Amino acid sequence: MNTATRKIPRRKKNRIGLWSVYLVLALIYIWAFAGMGVPEIKPTAGQISKAIFNGLFHPDWSFVSEPGGEDLLHGLLDTLAIAVLGTFISALLCIPFSFWAARNMSKGHTLSGTGKFSLSFIRTFPELVMAIMFIKAVGPGSFAGVLALGLHSIGMLGKLFSEEIENMDLGPAEALLATGANRFQILWFAVLPQVIPGFLSYTLYRFEINVRSATILGVIGAGGIGTPLIFALTSRNWNRVGIILLGIIVMVTLIDLISGYLRKKII
Amino acid sequence: MIQAQKKGVPQPPSKIKGYLTAILVLLLLWGSSVNTESSLSEFIIGFPNMLDLLTQMIPPNWSYFDKITGAMLETIRMAVIGTTFGAIISIPVALFSASNIVQNSWIFYPARFILNLIRTVPDLLLASIFVAIFGLGALPGILALTVFSIGLIAKLTYESIESIDPGPLEAMISVGANKIQLIVFGIIPQIQAHFISYVLYTFEINVRAAAVLGLVGAGGIGLFYNKTLGFLEYDKASSIIVYTLVVVLIIDYISTKLREKLL
Repeated sequence: MNTATRKIPRRKKNRIGLWSVYLVLALIYIWAFAGMGVPEIKPTAGQISKAIFNGLFHPDWSFVSEPGGEDLLHGLLDTLAIAVLGTFISALLCIPFSFWAARNMSKGHTLSGTGKFSLSFIRTFPELVMAIMFIKAVGPGSFAGVLALGLHSIGMLGKLFSEEIENMDLGPAEALLATGANRFQILWFAVLPQVIPGFLSYTLYRFEINVRSATILGVIGAGGIGTPLIFALTSRNWNRVGIILLGIIVMVTLIDLISGYLRKKII
Repeated sequence: MIQAQKKGVPQPPSKIKGYLTAILVLLLLWGSSVNTESSLSEFIIGFPNMLDLLTQMIPPNWSYFDKITGAMLETIRMAVIGTTFGAIISIPVALFSASNIVQNSWIFYPARFILNLIRTVPDLLLASIFVAIFGLGALPGILALTVFSIGLIAKLTYESIESIDPGPLEAMISVGANKIQLIVFGIIPQIQAHFISYVLYTFEINVRAAAVLGLVGAGGIGLFYNKTLGFLEYDKASSIIVYTLVVVLIIDYISTKLREKLL
């Protein structure tokens, strides 16, 4: 039993690197909290949150279906319609983008690089700002929401689609090329059959996201359930806020369940 | 001979299912377009309006950048603080939702249900509710981002906790470790890289979300969208958009590099 055997080998750690990470983090937090100042909480905050909770547990059931048509079910249906159409438009429009951005379809690294960049540019453009711009073009209403979702979703769908294309098996395409197929035939018989399940699954996934987004488009006047919600919030009609929130939660959960089931079946 | 060949070829699967699905999808699209009053002609009529808007947006008003820098920094601060609080709160939530730590299904199913519930409410709705409670300012925005982050980080984390290697845990149980020791020495070392990566990912999303929270009055640069678009100052609005894009792209780049290094 000499001392050498008892020595536990110490793991070499990059101490300086670790401490500099901590230092940077600390600086970021000092900067963040120092800039915020002490939050002022309104004295009515407790009262209002109580009222909201009260409204959540005593929702205004009469709002679910009203003869005038400005009710919850119509709002939710409108929201769904915006999401369906927006997703469909973006699923069609993003296909050329995805082939452009896929490394194995575009010629050269720079070309696919520009495709990828334009997709990330579209992704970072907030959909609400897009909706504001479309409202200027087609007027307030659901159609502006459809266009905003359709354009914004291209960013994410195009990226996912292009990754799907990059991950496909090139064997069938080569085999077709060897038998003398032209580019269109290769695309139709070798590429599409491989990527369509993935495309459908991503489209459904994006549909789930779009349903959520469509619920907030109404905040700026682009249709859907958001408009009555904002009215109810500003007029402090908490029971109505409660029923709308419940409606949104139920709808989103149902859509997630259905879409999840379909996605499992597709892949 | 011919019959034998025919027998060898299997019947192609019935196409009725495909046709039915196609009809269903078409009906869905038709119904949706009727419901939203979408029409291509309206879009084409409105298109010049949009081009007009775009020409007013270009070039951006570069001198406006000085004025909105403060709000931009506030946006990043909101995202930093919201993500941090969300990450801290989501640690216990994730532990309670993981079925290999809490074996009692009366605990982890309700925890997951609450997480699902949180994730169904979009962040802008949360923000507008918090604005109603706390008034205008950054605080409702931070709270909305916190709640939103809990939903995302806790879900991703509990899923990665459930997929960890059970070997070290079994070894520790067999030598008599308690729950706390199990978590500190068995689970945390296995998931910490993933956890940090999820936090960074959520931070990226939160920066984008924080940039529009101001539209409902929850602080950050979004407030300036209302101001400039309300006064029809589109060159200023486009400078806000460009600024946001640049900041978001830089943060995304840094965060992606960090995440690549972590995993």
